[in-house]
Amino acid sequence: MTKELLKGNVAIAEAAVRVGLEAYFGYPITPQTELLEHLSQRMTELGRVFLQAESEVAAINMVYGAASTGARVMTSSSSPGISLMQEGLSYIAGSELPCVIVDVMRGGPGLGNILPSQADYFQVTRSAGHGDFHPIVLAPASVQEAIDFVELAFDLADKYRHMVLIAADGQIGQMMEPAELPPMRPLRDSTPDWALTGAKAREKRVVTSLYLKGEDEEAFNLKIQKKLKQIKKTEQRSVEYATEDAELLVIGFGTAGRVAYSAVEAAREKGLRVGLLRPQTLWPFPEQRISELADCVSGCLVVEMNAGQMIEDVRLAIGGQIPVTFYGRTGGIVPMPDEVLAAIEESYHRLQITV
Amino acid sequence: MELVMTPTEMQVVYEHPRSLADVPTRYCPGCTHGIAHRLLAEAIDELGLLERTILVAPVGCSVFAYEYFNADACQAAHGRAPAMATGVKRMLPENIVITYQGDGDLVSIGAAEIMHAAARGEQITTIFINNAVYGMTGGQMAPTSLPGQKTTSSPLGRDTHLTGAPIRMSEVLAQFDGAAYIVRRSLHDVANIRKAKKAILTALKVQMAGLGFSMVELLSSCPTNWGIAPEKALDWIEENMIPHFPLGDYKVRDDVKAL
Ligand SMILES: Cc1ncc(C[n+]2csc(CCOP(=O)(O)OP(=O)(O)O)c2C)c(N)n1
Ligand code: SF4
Repeated sequence: MTKELLKGNVAIAEAAVRVGLEAYFGYPITPQTELLEHLSQRMTELGRVFLQAESEVAAINMVYGAASTGARVMTSSSSPGISLMQEGLSYIAGSELPCVIVDVMRGGPGLGNILPSQADYFQVTRSAGHGDFHPIVLAPASVQEAIDFVELAFDLADKYRHMVLIAADGQIGQMMEPAELPPMRPLRDSTPDWALTGAKAREKRVVTSLYLKGEDEEAFNLKIQKKLKQIKKTEQRSVEYATEDAELLVIGFGTAGRVAYSAVEAAREKGLRVGLLRPQTLWPFPEQRISELADCVSGCLVVEMNAGQMIEDVRLAIGGQIPVTFYGRTGGIVPMPDEVLAAIEESYHRLQITV
Repeated sequence: MELVMTPTEMQVVYEHPRSLADVPTRYCPGCTHGIAHRLLAEAIDELGLLERTILVAPVGCSVFAYEYFNADACQAAHGRAPAMATGVKRMLPENIVITYQGDGDLVSIGAAEIMHAAARGEQITTIFINNAVYGMTGGQMAPTSLPGQKTTSSPLGRDTHLTGAPIRMSEVLAQFDGAAYIVRRSLHDVANIRKAKKAILTALKVQMAGLGFSMVELLSSCPTNWGIAPEKALDWIEENMIPHFPLGDYKVRDDVKAL
């Protein structure tokens, strides 16, 4: 396969088609709409299911129904639409169904704007819906990584019977980069043993999230908590750059992580011992690796396109061992590398690390 | 006189429908949800659909409908059954997908989902139980509550100036081209129950033939929350509900007539 120049939203959509997407339900919202538009053509020409729903509320409940049949199913939206989906996401968690949700995050709160943002970190990692659960959250930092995460997302969803959310900021959705798509794969050839298909020559099956008795609901909760604990143990993912001898560890995800990478490179050129860790999974948060690195560095700088959300997870992972500082832009503004470099230098000097 | 019949003379005149699970329900004594369940189960049996059926239960007193039928089933969020059913049906076009919804579920919180399912001509069948209140949460006012009706959230009676008049959803849904069969029946006496059964059979046949969206609205009693004895509650349907919700066929498309 060769690289092509691809827009993030289109790349995600096409990757999903190629890894066996059977159904898509969605509602237009900038900056993710090209994803829906691409699928409206591709899914239809392949004889698969595409439906533009009347709202994000309906879209996620269509996903809920389709996922109940064991199908590979996906929806996509952006921040305000994800807010509307939270009820459905909670039911999906309560029914242990696999599905993939793409959130191309934009500036908020309220209608906000259509610029790239990471202001929904709390929403996707902490409060994707009522009740005790976390989705698996993947945060790509390039078009190529977004493509790769689509396949990973479906595989993790199937493996754990759980929802996987790809949290891309608007920049990832909108920018064009050379990237390689996966080859076309056949659709699944088997149906899971919990899926609704009609009670023919077998006991009936039920998909529900209702457990009227406290003891039953607690037993179900313990079951999903056990699963989430396993996910936390085995699925933490991150990438690093120049962390071997770093004194200051910079942490950023998605586009902020990418900007931070340029800033860290520039800091290295100036002789500062700075390294970068970019979380690829926001939930489970790569706390194991961050905790290990905290033993080796003297301080940490968190860079986000929000007012400081992931920093809470960083602090939990580090446990007060070293100082943690923050640099962020909000409102849909993407920080420039030299702004981040200035923040690096300030943190570096505050730590009184001498070059 | 000898009253004992020999086994050869005995014939089955009443039996448990195969589609109906042999379990106790949580419905109140005298509630007509039970009658609606039985009619639906009989219709599924008569058309031989049990093994193809996927039932979508609502949020409301019938939330446990998935326990009461022997079909595969799922349980939707409040009002979202038509959207969930859409997801199921699009994946399993050969199956028969049925939503069972109350009036709070269908007319209030789920108004958008039912309208768009009907407008799309979604190949699903909806059994709509209209009992003019929110049963499960304790008898609050519904969009179907009658003018002046006392409920736990309209203790002085429904004031139509403040809260509007009852929404007649069958009439609303009949406007959509995608709706093939929309009728209103009642469960208040035997003759009407028989008509309701016939309508449910037709609605399922519409889906089997792929003609579009079908819905049977059933005027139903909620003796508990109306604070009326079960028998009197049936009279209340006839005397008070039917004048606001006239029985009849609101949409029977020509292709349905030809069935
Ligand atoms: C989002 C949401 N809002 C409110 C409720 C509470 N609730 C449960 S059942 C119900 C009303 C059901 O009434 P109806 O649909 O008329 O059915 P019935 O119980 O009368 O059969 C409500 C409001 C809920 N479960 N979910
Ligand atoms: S509360 Fe009303 S609708 Fe619910 S089961 Fe009792 S009588 Fe039936």
